[in-house]
Parts: sequence; C-alpha cells; structure tokens
Amino acid sequence: MSVADFAFYILAITTVASGFCTVVSKNPVHSVLWLIASFLGAAGLFVLLGAEFLAMLLIIVYVGAVAVLFLFVVMMLDVDFAELKAGMAQSVPLALLIGVILLLQLGSVIGVWQFSDGAEAARAAITPAIEETHNTMALGQVLYTDYILLFQLAGLILLVAMIGAIVLTLRHRTNVKRQNVVAQMHRDPAQALEMLDVKPGQGL
Amino acid sequence: MEELLREYLPIIVFMGLAILIGLVFIIAAALLAVRNPDPEKLSAYECGFNAFDDARMKFDVRFYLVSILFIIFDLEIAFLFPWAVAFKDVGVIGFWSMMVFLAVLTIGFAYEWKKGALEWE
Amino acid sequence: MMSSDIQIVLPEILLSVYAMAALIGAVYTGKDRLAAPLTWLTALVMALLAVMIAGGEGAREGFNGMVVDDAYARFAKVAILLSAGAVLVVGTEAMARRGLLKFEYPILIALSVVGMMVMVSAGDLIALYMGLELQSLALYVVASLNRDSVKSTEAGMKYFVLGALSSGLMLYGASLVYGYSGTTLFGGIIGAANDGHVGMGLLIGLTFVLSGMAFKVSAVPFHMWTPDVYEGAPTPVTAFFATAPKLAAMGLFARVMFDAFGNAVADWQQIVAFLALLSMFLGAIAAIGQTNIKRLMAYSSISHMGFALLGLAAGTEFGVQAMLIYMAIYLTMNIGTFAFILSMERDGKPVTDIASMKLYSRAEPMKAAAMLILMFSLAGVPPMVGFFGKYAVLNAAVQSGLTWLAVAGVIASVIGAFYYLRIVFFMYFGDEGEGVQTPMAPAAWAALMGSAAIMVLGAINLFGIEGAAAAAAAALVN
Repeated sequence: MSVADFAFYILAITTVASGFCTVVSKNPVHSVLWLIASFLGAAGLFVLLGAEFLAMLLIIVYVGAVAVLFLFVVMMLDVDFAELKAGMAQSVPLALLIGVILLLQLGSVIGVWQFSDGAEAARAAITPAIEETHNTMALGQVLYTDYILLFQLAGLILLVAMIGAIVLTLRHRTNVKRQNVVAQMHRDPAQALEMLDVKPGQGL
Repeated sequence: MEELLREYLPIIVFMGLAILIGLVFIIAAALLAVRNPDPEKLSAYECGFNAFDDARMKFDVRFYLVSILFIIFDLEIAFLFPWAVAFKDVGVIGFWSMMVFLAVLTIGFAYEWKKGALEWE
Repeated sequence: MMSSDIQIVLPEILLSVYAMAALIGAVYTGKDRLAAPLTWLTALVMALLAVMIAGGEGAREGFNGMVVDDAYARFAKVAILLSAGAVLVVGTEAMARRGLLKFEYPILIALSVVGMMVMVSAGDLIALYMGLELQSLALYVVASLNRDSVKSTEAGMKYFVLGALSSGLMLYGASLVYGYSGTTLFGGIIGAANDGHVGMGLLIGLTFVLSGMAFKVSAVPFHMWTPDVYEGAPTPVTAFFATAPKLAAMGLFARVMFDAFGNAVADWQQIVAFLALLSMFLGAIAAIGQTNIKRLMAYSSISHMGFALLGLAAGTEFGVQAMLIYMAIYLTMNIGTFAFILSMERDGKPVTDIASMKLYSRAEPMKAAAMLILMFSLAGVPPMVGFFGKYAVLNAAVQSGLTWLAVAGVIASVIGAFYYLRIVFFMYFGDEGEGVQTPMAPAAWAALMGSAAIMVLGAINLFGIEGAAAAAAAALVN
C-alpha cells in the first residue's frame, strides 16, 4: 500500500464517519462541527485526486462561510431539538429503507462498472495531463472561454441570490434616525446658524 | 501524482504535530491532574453572577443577511483565482467574460447598497 | 465563433440585460412606486422577445453544443414568454391590492424566465442544471414574497428544501451519466446508447435525472410540495407557478429524454408511463376532498402534468406534438382560471374557499359563464378546446401501443371531471352562501374572457398551434 492509498483510506474513513456523526449526534452544534470535519476529509480527497483548487474552495467556501452560517442558523432557531427528534423516531424505519435502497443502487452501479465506448477518451480529451498543467490553471483555461455561457449564468444565479436575500430579510425600522453623510457634508454655518438680534430683557 | 503529494508533506507533518500536541494535553490532563469536582466548580462562571440566560439566544436576522451577502461575494472571489492563474491563456474573450461577470455582481452590489442592506441602523 | 454564439442566446441576453437595467433604474429612482409600470414594461419586453424568437428559423448550436436553437426550443420559449408576460399583467392589480407589489417581483420573474429559456434550449447537462437553478432560485424567493405571512414563508421554505433535494438527485444522476458516458453534452450521451439500450450505470443515472425532473413538473410521486406551495404563495405567484415553469420543466423533460436518451426510448418509456399513470389518478382523486380552490388547482395541475407525460410516454414525434399542444392549451386555460381566482375576495380580504362561490352566477353571470367554460375545458368536456388536448395525448398513447395507459387516462379524466363540475354546480345551483366579490382590473377581466373565448372558438380551429407544435416535435425527434 502506497502512501497515497494509505492517505485515501484515512481520509475516506474520516469523511464517512464524520458524516455519520453529523446525522446521529444529539447536539446540533456538534452536528455542524462533525460536518466541518467531513468537509475537511472531502477536501483531503480532492487533493489526492489532484483537484487542489476544489479542495481549497471547499475549505474557503464550505468550512469558512457555509458552516459558519449553519452555526448561525442552529443558534438562531431556538428549536427544541429533543422534541423534533422524538417525532423523527416514527420515520426512522422508512428513512432506513430508502437509505438501503439507495445503497443497493450504488452497489449495483459499482457492480456493473463498465463505461460506454469512448467514455474515457472523451473525458481525457478535455483534461490536460496533471504533470503539465496544474488543476487551477486547467480550470481557468476552459471556464472563461469554452464554458463562458455557464460562467455568466453562475453570475446571474448569484445576482438572484443577492436580490432574494434582500427581498426576504431586509426590514427598515421606522423611527430610526440615520446618518445622512451627504447632508452632513453640505452643511455650513450659513444653513445651520441664524443670527438674531435679541433685545435686552426680552428673550426670544 | 506522487510528486504532487510530496508537496503536501509539510502540511501533513504540521497536522500530525497539531493532533499530537492536542492529544498530549488532553491525555495528560486526564491522567495527571487532580480532579475533585462539585456543582459550583462546574457551573458556568459569569463574573460572579449566576448564569442569566441560555447561551443559545436568537440573533438578529440582519446578521444573517450580512453573512449571506458575504458568501455570495466569497464565491465571486473564488471565480477570480483560476482566472488570474490562467490569465495569459484566456485571451480577450476570457478577459471580457470576467469583466461581464464582475459587472453583473457590481449591479447587485449597487442594488444592495442603495437598498440599505449594508447599513446597520 | 463568438458572435454567432451570442446570436443564439441573444433573447436571453436581452432579457437579462433588461432585468439588470430595470433593477438599477428602479432602485435609484422610484423604488416600489415604479413596480406597476415596471411589471407592464417587463410583460411588454417578454412579448417583444416572443415575437423576435418566433421569427427564427432553422436549427443552430452554440457554445460547443451547449445550447440548441431549434423549432422545439422556439416553440417552448414563445409559450413561456407569452404566458409569463400574461400572468404578470393579470396579477399586477391583485398584488398591488395586497401590498405585495415590490419592484423586485417583475425582475425576479424575468430572471427566472431567462433560466427557463436556457432550460428548454439546453444541449448539455451543466447548462440544463444552471438554467434550472436560475429558474428555481427566483421562484423560491417569489413563493415567500409575502414574508409576513406564515403560510407564504412556509411555502417558500418547503419549495426550497424539496427543490434542493430534487436538484441533488438530479446532480447525482448527472454525475453518473457523465461518469459512464464520458461527456455532459447530450450529443455525446446519445452515442452511448447506440444499440437501443443504455448500460446499467447509465440507466441508474438516467433514473435519478428523471426523478429530479419529475419533481420539477410535480409528477407523482414527487408531487408533495405542490399543494402546500400553491396554497401558501400569493395567488398571482401561484398563477405563475401553474403556467410558465410547468411548461419549461416539461420542455426540459422532453429535451433530455429525446436529445440525450433518444436511442433508448424503451428504457425510459416505462418510467414516464408510470409517472403519468400515478399523476393522472392521484391528481384526480385527491382533488375531490379539497375545499381550497388553490389546493384544488394544485391537484388539477398534477393531473394535467400526468396527461402531458402521457404524450411523452408515447416516445414518438406525434407524442411530443400532442404534449406541446396539450401544454399550450393548459397554459391558456390556467391563465384564465387564475385571473378569476386571484380576484376572489370578501370585504377586501382574499378568499380561496370553494364554498364561497355558491350562487355566484346570480351576482356576475358573465364571469360565471366564463368560468363555466374554463372548468368544462379543464375537465376535457368535448366541445371545449381542453378536450382536443386530451384527445391528442390519448391518441398518441394508443398509436404507440400504450392502450392500457390511454384507457386509464380516460378513467382518470372522468373522475377528475367531478371536481371541476362541482365548482360549476356551486356557482349555479348551490344554496345561499356568504358570497364572494370579484373586483377585476381590466387586464384580468380580459384574460378571463379571452381565455374562455379561446376555449370555445378554438374548437373550430386551434389557431395554427398544431403546425407549430408539429414542426417543434419534428425538430426534437429526428
């Protein structure tokens, strides 16, 4: 067993075991932490495949941003998880059944591991050899030119996500005094001060 | 392939060291430290008061909005890395393709700015 | 190479540029005060694009085969643009009355229409997925547009979670398909099934992709989100859900089945037939007990999707043609019906109770007559156009040897007729109820009457839709 094989088994076991713990742990915060462990394992697997960029992306985006958001959600929703879990007990047999069926399908896919004619050649045609170009470079060479349409669609999806997040969550409180920077900068003594000639003994 | 993995050797050594040191401290504490717990010692210490509240409290939904917007721009940045790396190869089309992508997201940014999503009140 | 590629996706580019310009224009000027004019403008832009697309000819491929512009894509795009524009116009007034007309609403709809247009002209699994996500993401947002209502947010939430699940299924399937065939291009995948059957791995991938798409068309057993989402979303948004996205999903369904797996019809035919059978029956039976008209329309749409899938299950050019005709008729009927439903209110509050329509015909004989026609047409009663749609798909099924399925379709359609006729019964013969008012903006009134008129007049001539559908089907199945 080479070092790569050994690393693969360690990382694969980490990923699967953490994934399992994500589902079964009682405390939702622990679940999120297990999920992060599972992401890290998956990132390691990507490195083994030579897909370093994806590995780093998984860590930056999923561990750095998405998992933190999950923690937010878990803390924001003041949900009684014990109660939720109690209701779940009824669906466990069905869930197990579905899981077993999916597992069997996965098994049957592996059992008939046979690519169609020319599949490997087709895949190899668009991926440069890993010795020549590293993974990030290879992605960059096709993503912005050959796959320009998909790239721009991704931009539109991000735009929709932005609009959606704002439409659904942004609320302006009434009766809040806000700073108006432009008005502040335009303010000068001529506008702000009024000179009054107050006669002695009269006041305003 | 082997060569690629060899580049990761320092990281593996580093992580192994981190795990080792972490384990040493935990195990040493478990084996060597004197333990004599009682409920007062184990309760949360909050400047001498009893704990006021559950640690799990509701956050303002605005934290949420900020973090979602952060993720979106995080993804946008992620697209910039391969572009920068392959900048020599992508040519004019690649350059303008990224400019259009950035323009789309800048429109989103201008929208959220004007909408007041970046203000905290 | 680039300029010819851009030519192909020009309508999509124009619509997205319009959406972004409108977004910036509105947010820097009038904000929500501009919402109503912006909705009309969006509908106008969509109508203009439909005219532009309808003028196209021939079949072209762009971006290395990632998008296809053929008669089939054009038929679907024109129908999507026109129905989305119509629903926008019909719903404006109702949205404004409920205080929901934000200026983002038409923009999100426009962006989701861009996604739908990409879906129906996708020639690649990744393009398909990007279009689908663009469409769905915008729809999740508009489903919970009424964010102060628990039902509306619940609708958005359910739609989102189940939609994400179905996207996951689809991606899993797509990755299997890619793994076994070595390419994501439909043109390459079809080569992997040369001898009329696909390999086991590809078959499982196909099944997962099919399940994901069945969710999007809300075919049984992937329908469970539909009633809740239809009920919870604001009614004009429900009207939108029931029209353009359904056609886009169905268009995508046929596109993938024929462009990517067209050599292995026997492999997917049974799955589609199964989906069609279940959808027709569940839609017909579960709707009987409903008291809320929006839930009823949800089950009605499930049943109608079953019939459209019946055309697809035939697996022939004639079947695709029948499916397209069926969908076009379905869109027209639904726009009219929803123009009525979204105006239903009592003392200024929206009502969706079927019982509130009791003796409606005495108050508004004209609108009641239009609804009568639409209900008869939805049920597929012979002189109305709805019958011709059903006839076309049943005929296609019989011609390709699926007689048992066609017989089941007839039975389901008889069962389904019950609840449509129950509404008619309430309107004309029910006992005295609390009553319902239906103040309608001119646009909604025109949509209701126009759609009813088409249902009657179309019996003479289907407005040339058969020819366009035939050309579209010929372009897809070759």
